[in-house]
Amino acid sequence: MKLSLKLEDQQQNQNPILFKAKIPIAVFGLPFLSAFSATHHHAAAASDKLSLSLRTHFPTGPSLKLSYNTPTTTANSGAGKMDTSPKPKSKSKKPKYSRFTQQELPAWKPILTPGWVIASFVAVAILFIPAGLLCLSASERVVEIVDRYDDECLPDSYSNKGDSFIQSKDTNKTCVRTMKVPRKMTAPVFIYYQLDNFYQNHRRYVKSRSDKQLRDRSYADETRDCKPEDNLDGDENEPIIPCGLVAWSLFNDTYKLSKGNKVLDINKKDIAWKSDTEIKFGSDVYPKNFQKGELIGGGELDETKPLSEQEDLIVWMRTAALPNFRKLYGKIYSDLEANETITIVIQNNYNTYEFGGEKRVVLSTMSWLGGKNDFFGIAFLTIGGICLFMAINFILLYVCKPRPLGDPSYLSWNRNPNGL
Amino acid sequence: MQLDNNLVRDNVRLIYIDDSQRTNEEYEFTGNEITTSKYTVINFLPKNLFIQFHRVAYIYFLVIAALNQLPPLAVFGRTVSLFPLLFVLTVTAIKDGYEDWRRHRSDRNENNKESLVLQSGKFQLKRWKDIRVGEVVKICVDETIPCDMVLLRTSDPSGVAYIQTMNLDGESNLKTRYARQETSLMSFEGGLTSGVIRCEQPNRNIYEFTANMELNVHKVSLSQSNIILRGCQVKNTEWVVGVVVYAGQETKAMLNSAVSPSKRSRLEQAMNKETIWLSVFLFILCLVVAIGMCLWLMRHQMQIDTLPYYRKSYLIKGKFPGKPYKYYGIPMETFFAFLSSIIVFQIMIPISLYITMELVRLGQSYFMIEDKHMYDSSTNSRFQCRSLNINEDLGQIRYVFSDKTGTLTENKMEFRRATVFGKHYRNSSVVDGTTKDTETAELTKPTPLSSKGRKLKSDIAVDAQLMGLLHKGLDGSEKISAHEFFLTLAACNTVIPIPSQTTSEGSMGTEIHEDLEAIDYQGESPDEEALVAAACAYGYILFERTSGHIAVDVNGEKLRLDVLGLHEFDSVRKRMSVVIRFPNNDVKVLVKGADTSMLSILREDRENDDLSLITQRHLNEYSSEGLRTLVLAARDLEGEELEEWQSMYEDASTSLADRSLKLRQTASLVESNLCLLGATGIEDKLQEGVPETIESLRQAGIKVWVLTGDKQETAISIALSCKLLTGDMHQIIINGTSESECKMLLSEAKAKYGVKCGGFRTQSFKLKKGAESDFVDVLAESKLSNLPTEDDGNPELTMGGPLALIIDGNSLVYILERDLESELFDLATSCRVVLCCRVAPLQKAGIVDLIKSRTDDMTLAIGDGANDVSMIQMADVGVGICGQEGRQAVMASDFAMGQFRFLKRLLLVHGHWNYQRMGYLVLYNFYRNAVFVFMLFWYILCAAFSTTSALTDWSSVFYSVIYTSIPTIVVGIMDKDLSHKTLLQYPKLYEAGHRQEGYNSYLFWIMMADTIWQSLVLFCVPRLAFKESTIDIWSMGSLWTVAVVILVNIHLAMDIQRWVLYTHISIWGSVIMTYACVVVLDSIPVFPNYGTIYELAKQPTYWFSILLIIVIALLPRFTIKALHRIFRPSDIQIAREAEILRKRRFFYGSRLFWRSTS
Repeated sequence: MKLSLKLEDQQQNQNPILFKAKIPIAVFGLPFLSAFSATHHHAAAASDKLSLSLRTHFPTGPSLKLSYNTPTTTANSGAGKMDTSPKPKSKSKKPKYSRFTQQELPAWKPILTPGWVIASFVAVAILFIPAGLLCLSASERVVEIVDRYDDECLPDSYSNKGDSFIQSKDTNKTCVRTMKVPRKMTAPVFIYYQLDNFYQNHRRYVKSRSDKQLRDRSYADETRDCKPEDNLDGDENEPIIPCGLVAWSLFNDTYKLSKGNKVLDINKKDIAWKSDTEIKFGSDVYPKNFQKGELIGGGELDETKPLSEQEDLIVWMRTAALPNFRKLYGKIYSDLEANETITIVIQNNYNTYEFGGEKRVVLSTMSWLGGKNDFFGIAFLTIGGICLFMAINFILLYVCKPRPLGDPSYLSWNRNPNGL
Repeated sequence: MQLDNNLVRDNVRLIYIDDSQRTNEEYEFTGNEITTSKYTVINFLPKNLFIQFHRVAYIYFLVIAALNQLPPLAVFGRTVSLFPLLFVLTVTAIKDGYEDWRRHRSDRNENNKESLVLQSGKFQLKRWKDIRVGEVVKICVDETIPCDMVLLRTSDPSGVAYIQTMNLDGESNLKTRYARQETSLMSFEGGLTSGVIRCEQPNRNIYEFTANMELNVHKVSLSQSNIILRGCQVKNTEWVVGVVVYAGQETKAMLNSAVSPSKRSRLEQAMNKETIWLSVFLFILCLVVAIGMCLWLMRHQMQIDTLPYYRKSYLIKGKFPGKPYKYYGIPMETFFAFLSSIIVFQIMIPISLYITMELVRLGQSYFMIEDKHMYDSSTNSRFQCRSLNINEDLGQIRYVFSDKTGTLTENKMEFRRATVFGKHYRNSSVVDGTTKDTETAELTKPTPLSSKGRKLKSDIAVDAQLMGLLHKGLDGSEKISAHEFFLTLAACNTVIPIPSQTTSEGSMGTEIHEDLEAIDYQGESPDEEALVAAACAYGYILFERTSGHIAVDVNGEKLRLDVLGLHEFDSVRKRMSVVIRFPNNDVKVLVKGADTSMLSILREDRENDDLSLITQRHLNEYSSEGLRTLVLAARDLEGEELEEWQSMYEDASTSLADRSLKLRQTASLVESNLCLLGATGIEDKLQEGVPETIESLRQAGIKVWVLTGDKQETAISIALSCKLLTGDMHQIIINGTSESECKMLLSEAKAKYGVKCGGFRTQSFKLKKGAESDFVDVLAESKLSNLPTEDDGNPELTMGGPLALIIDGNSLVYILERDLESELFDLATSCRVVLCCRVAPLQKAGIVDLIKSRTDDMTLAIGDGANDVSMIQMADVGVGICGQEGRQAVMASDFAMGQFRFLKRLLLVHGHWNYQRMGYLVLYNFYRNAVFVFMLFWYILCAAFSTTSALTDWSSVFYSVIYTSIPTIVVGIMDKDLSHKTLLQYPKLYEAGHRQEGYNSYLFWIMMADTIWQSLVLFCVPRLAFKESTIDIWSMGSLWTVAVVILVNIHLAMDIQRWVLYTHISIWGSVIMTYACVVVLDSIPVFPNYGTIYELAKQPTYWFSILLIIVIALLPRFTIKALHRIFRPSDIQIAREAEILRKRRFFYGSRLFWRSTS
């Protein structure tokens, strides 16, 4: 048995132990050590602490301890006495050292040495010149036939009145164009229509649509943004689906292609993005009151087909970023041989005459880079060339006018020692 | 200081002791509840918004958001447009709310403390917030005082109480406060007390209090020494009882807690100029859009009603037949185009920059505070940033105005020299035993003292000869003088002896008696403490002080001296005196004071004149050694004179109005015709590292001016010892006593040293500026010293060294108030060193203002005492030293630190870093926003001038708030161009800040040119790459969003000098976060841009475009940077190369330069 009474130094121990006893006992013949102690908080007598514990007391091996402590009651132990306790040793405010606070974190400190400069120029050149050649060759392989027809398809009698030609119901809008395939075009051949000078990115136009209405049947009357093409004759119960200027001005020229006497099938499936047909345009939303107003802006829609299947509309509704743009019309899944003559029968329905827009039909094959596009090739080559040129110049510069790095004689106050 | 003397009758506060009801009857005084919090739960929202909208930036936000709500202008969605405003408002509100919550908590703690208050005849506990004016409160030892109280009684029968004013002024020494004898015997418990206190209205002057007390028809005066203030602690006194005079918000402590005025940094001011330029850009862009819109509409006027993409009006049939739809005619449409383009281009004015700057400064301050090199272990004080607005100013300081005492010196005084009766004595140290004979050796030991049972804590070496003189039995005027000399030292002061239990140290090797008692002296000024300690060492031990008497132990013989009156030291008289009645009823007046004020009031007879001449010679000697001098004098006071003085003194000290003036008159009555006793010389030790710091600052091109209240000789000697003045300097001394004399001295000096007048110099300055490209350094050097260079062709200068100007306060009175200011300015700026001696606090501010108002140079004032406050507040940057003279300087300062030598690190290291970081931050933020705006602008030009943005609304708003904000903050806080070692080693690198290398308008315009190029690249590459393609507006917008974010981040990455983990995380994290946001925004089906990024990422052209944009956009910048490094490397860059490449070469000063042989 061990009994101890300790009075400890207050500085070292905040809870001086008043009394502490350890009594070995035997429970079921096994050795245990029971202990209890009472500690004393000097701040107030109320906060004395009692602890009891029982632990195994085998001569060897780990011991298991069960203990109970009275909860500490330091809070509010006698107001007014708070200040009577001896002032705790004033804490040092010395900042703790850490590499973070002393701003000494491990760091990479790059400097623009001549080596780095030349290496980066060379690296860009090495990367860009082959890339440019690759892009150019890709673009070169693309065969593209462009035919502007808005002026050609206008009968001479209407030469300055394209507007009335289109608006008149009696005029024959069919127009036949022929074109020669310059090189072999391997399938699939993409057919685009191209509109110039059509500001599909005009703010009035871009905002004039209702994406909620397009997606969900229950939002049919969500036409707030579509004004003035929001509902039929101002009747709020007759919302136009799809509403807004974008849908209203749907492109409606049609093309029929034939090679010799053989009609080429134009596949108009999958010309729109998957995400658009599957989610953005509802499969239960059907056109309603569309193009029924007094002014018809463009194409009409089949009211029996849901919007998600109206791919022409979906393509059209992805408004173009620039005023001259192309949109996919369809695809041909058969090769076109070189020097073959292609006949296109065009229904010239869409009115671009009023704002001087141009219409073109484009047949193009596709490379890994997309359609015909020389820009990337030229840009890569130019930049690569410039970088190579720069690299050579810098090498020469460093040879002719070397400046040892970190040489103090170049410091401003050393270069002009008589400056004082 | 005079303010409370002008006490008007109505302005008196009447307090009935122990009758708070009657006290508060007529006028309800403020209760003792304090509120430092600004808001309550209810008024938080309106009040916080009201305060926030005081900032112009927020108003700009609000106007933009409001404009966007108008239907014809709705560029962004309504909620989107409110986002930026809501974001900053919320962030600021959360910050304010959190701070206020903490204040609430501390208020509650404070208000709920309890004290013993006399309630129905008994002292009972009462919460602090319920204490009212007029109540009687009892406070026990070590308790804090809840309100301002007039002392009535203390546990000490003589009515003395000791208090510690640490919380109030930071002074750790104990102060004595007295209860009036009349009240100190009254018992409050049980009995009713009647008495009325008349005191002045609450004011914030903690050093003065004027009141009187009427007790049973007696009228008793009350002064500063009778009041104890809230926040102080009672020490060494068992309990005190006092009556509350001011409570709560009206206590002096609370009235003093006002914040110092906020300053705006120089960089921010310069930045505002460029912000105006940005506004001009914004205006031009909007104008172009508006005019374009106007022309476009005019050209298409006939078509706009049918244009499929415009459709001006409703159809004829329908609800609004033929009515225009969102069309208001060409002039209005033009105007609306202008307004809506302001909305689109709003971030051209970088409002977020202000928030960014605040956050960055907060981070910078954190690192300054945490810098372990600026921790002072002797005072246990860290560096403190009290102002968060001017961190970057530290990098551009050109003038440092320093106080001397306590700033350059330690303000720990040591008694060194004495001249008594015309004889000079020096305190030879005990160890120094060259002339040690047996007798003196015995006397040198403080044996006789310790045998008397008293011992001073610090040991002072005594002069054996002087000691001998005191102990020689013979009489004679010399011995009497010496006796009175030490008696004056012991008696004429306000020092409090605090007996403390001896810590049994036998260090002196003397036998230790059981009754050995150590005495600790607590005084208001260290000089006094030093003098009393000296007297103690010579056997004149002051061991007791009450309000009525002092007790001095003269070589074992206890002497009780009645203090009849005490005229405290003031800055007008520059002396203090006590009137003492000796046990044998002799009355003497003992005076000590500054030599100038003392020598004029000495008795004029032959003997005294001779003595005074010799003493003056000694004084000059002392001050040339850098000692602080005091002259002691005394005389007998007898008969009528005594009576006259007594009645006047009584009258003066009880009067409410003009008390200090009356007391001064009373003092002049006795402080005359004095008999010179001698003088003392006290050494004021230089602080550690002062000469090195001054040398470094000078090399860094900073001029150090010392402004001190000390004597000229002292100032010069200190300046010499801290290497401010060097032997090769020509000293120009201006010591005028009249205006004309000053004028003459100034012009003479100017003529002699060939100082040009202001007009000419600025001209030559401009000439030099023209040739700056080749002689940057010449300019810098000439700026550094502002010496006319050789090409001015001045023969005197070539032969002479640098100049030093020494000017005294008297001359400054004439100079600063007259038109001589500009002459002084010309002269002073041509000198390398300026010393101003004997200057009053306001003159210090005047000198700072002299430089501040005439140049663009940044000024810094550093000081530790209350007399430096005005100077600290006047200067661009005020630095306080947490020294011995209280906390007033610290309270007024922008930065506070423990030692003068930290100034070197503060300016050369942190100042440099902060300046470089902040300069880059501002430029980068301008660029970041402008490149975005220009990109939008180019696109609008090809969208028929309609304010279409290809970017989604959310991306436009997130751009400056989320996509690109974090890297700038991280870089602004953590980037470092040079290590602190390099910066400290080569102080000249600091001049980069003087040359404004981090931010100037040249850099701004280069940056703007680069911005326009980069924005054109951003616009043109996709424009050309997707020419005649099927790309849709949202794909284009998505491409631009990502491209611009990557571009600005890589632009930033190119300029980062030090990549730590956090920089990597923030930069690349921002890019990733942008992609994440784009993906999220493109995954919400109701947005028209649904699914864009998924389709786009499949196309190689998309990735090629981004690559091309970044390479082409940054190519010119990279090339110019590389070229600049070859042809015009900056000092910082070379130092950086040297540091990183570890080429150990020496480049010190221009003269000391040599090339290492390796």
